Amino acid sequence: MHELGIVFHIVKSVEKIAAENQASKVNKVVLQIGEVSTIIPYYLKDCWKWKCSKSEVMDGCELEIETIPAVTLCEDCEETYGTVEYGKTCPYCGSEHTFLIQGNEHQIKEIEVT
Amino acid sequence: MKDYKIIEVKRSIFEDNDADAEKLRKELAAQGTYLLNLMSSPGAGKTTTLKRTIAILKDELKIGIMEADIDSDVDAKVISETGVRVIQIHTGGMCHLDADMTRQGIREFGTEDLDFVILENVGNLVCPAEFDTGSTKNAMILSVPEGDDKPLKYPLMFSVCDVVLINKCDTLSVFDDFSKEAVEERIHRLNPNAGVIFISAKTGEGFEEWIGWIRKELKEYKS
Ligand SMILES: Nc1nc2c(ncn2[C@@H]2O[C@H](COP(=O)(O)OP(=O)(O)OP(=O)(O)O)[C@@H](O)[C@H]2O)c(=O)[nH]1
Ligand SMILES: [Mg+2]
Ligand SMILES: [Zn+2]
Repeated sequence: MHELGIVFHIVKSVEKIAAENQASKVNKVVLQIGEVSTIIPYYLKDCWKWKCSKSEVMDGCELEIETIPAVTLCEDCEETYGTVEYGKTCPYCGSEHTFLIQGNEHQIKEIEVT
Repeated sequence: MKDYKIIEVKRSIFEDNDADAEKLRKELAAQGTYLLNLMSSPGAGKTTTLKRTIAILKDELKIGIMEADIDSDVDAKVISETGVRVIQIHTGGMCHLDADMTRQGIREFGTEDLDFVILENVGNLVCPAEFDTGSTKNAMILSVPEGDDKPLKYPLMFSVCDVVLINKCDTLSVFDDFSKEAVEERIHRLNPNAGVIFISAKTGEGFEEWIGWIRKELKEYKS
């Protein structure tokens, strides 16, 4: 499962960051996931608990996910619109010369440690 | 109240892997081994294409094959019959290989001076596209029965590939709604530099062009 692999990478990165900051416990991890990135938050949460329970510094760690809405910009009329609703075709002028300006993010925003 | 602190991270989830992959690519370049990451959906013809490719190139190049499978070693058995070295990597339930697992696989080949290593990645058009394995180049196989609309549905995969093999071209007469022109146009819209080669791993059609691509790549890599 895709999300399992991603959770492995997140936990590995967070453990490293915690160690660099001499933190003994990570209480919370905040992720920013774009609406049209291929990551499905629901599945992330699913394997999160299990994976964290195997890590001393992350056992019981809370996962918070901020969703970043997907926005597309039309090159021809310079309007922006919601990608999920309208896809590649600009609802204002019908152009297909459009590109995603946000919504593909997958980053660790911050972590809370003690 | 407990005293805690917030550490701002702002790092891509894939950043660690990307850095790892870049390192592996440099190590491979230093030892002169070209690693090709071969991806496709299940059953598109990776193993069959590999067998024919090995048969043509094995006297000319020192070849190694890495078979990544979730849990089996069926493909590794088939490939080992060709006489080249095969390493089986089990991903332990995961749907893709990352740079770390790839490096472990490469290490298993030992100090052999292989020219050309091909990694048969897990059959899947989504996840392997997101995890850079550290390969020199990426290749994918799309087979005719899967349809010519796949570049529209899996854009990321097509945009990370340096070459796309359209396999099972012997079945074009049956799947007559598959348009070679449309598929090529869709791939080039996502990735103008990708090579598109039409082959049949069953009949050998198109293999001169494919083998030509490999020879040219290796020549440029070694120089
Ligand atoms: N007609 C036809 N059949 C092919 C061709 N290439 C492969 N096949 C058949 O397609 C099936 C799957 O081929 P494989 O080479 O095992 O595919 P794969 O991508 O390695 O499959 P997985 O490793 O399971 O993902 C087999 O039955 C092959 O004989 C081709 O060019 N033409
Ligand atoms: Mg196979
Ligand atoms: Zn517009």
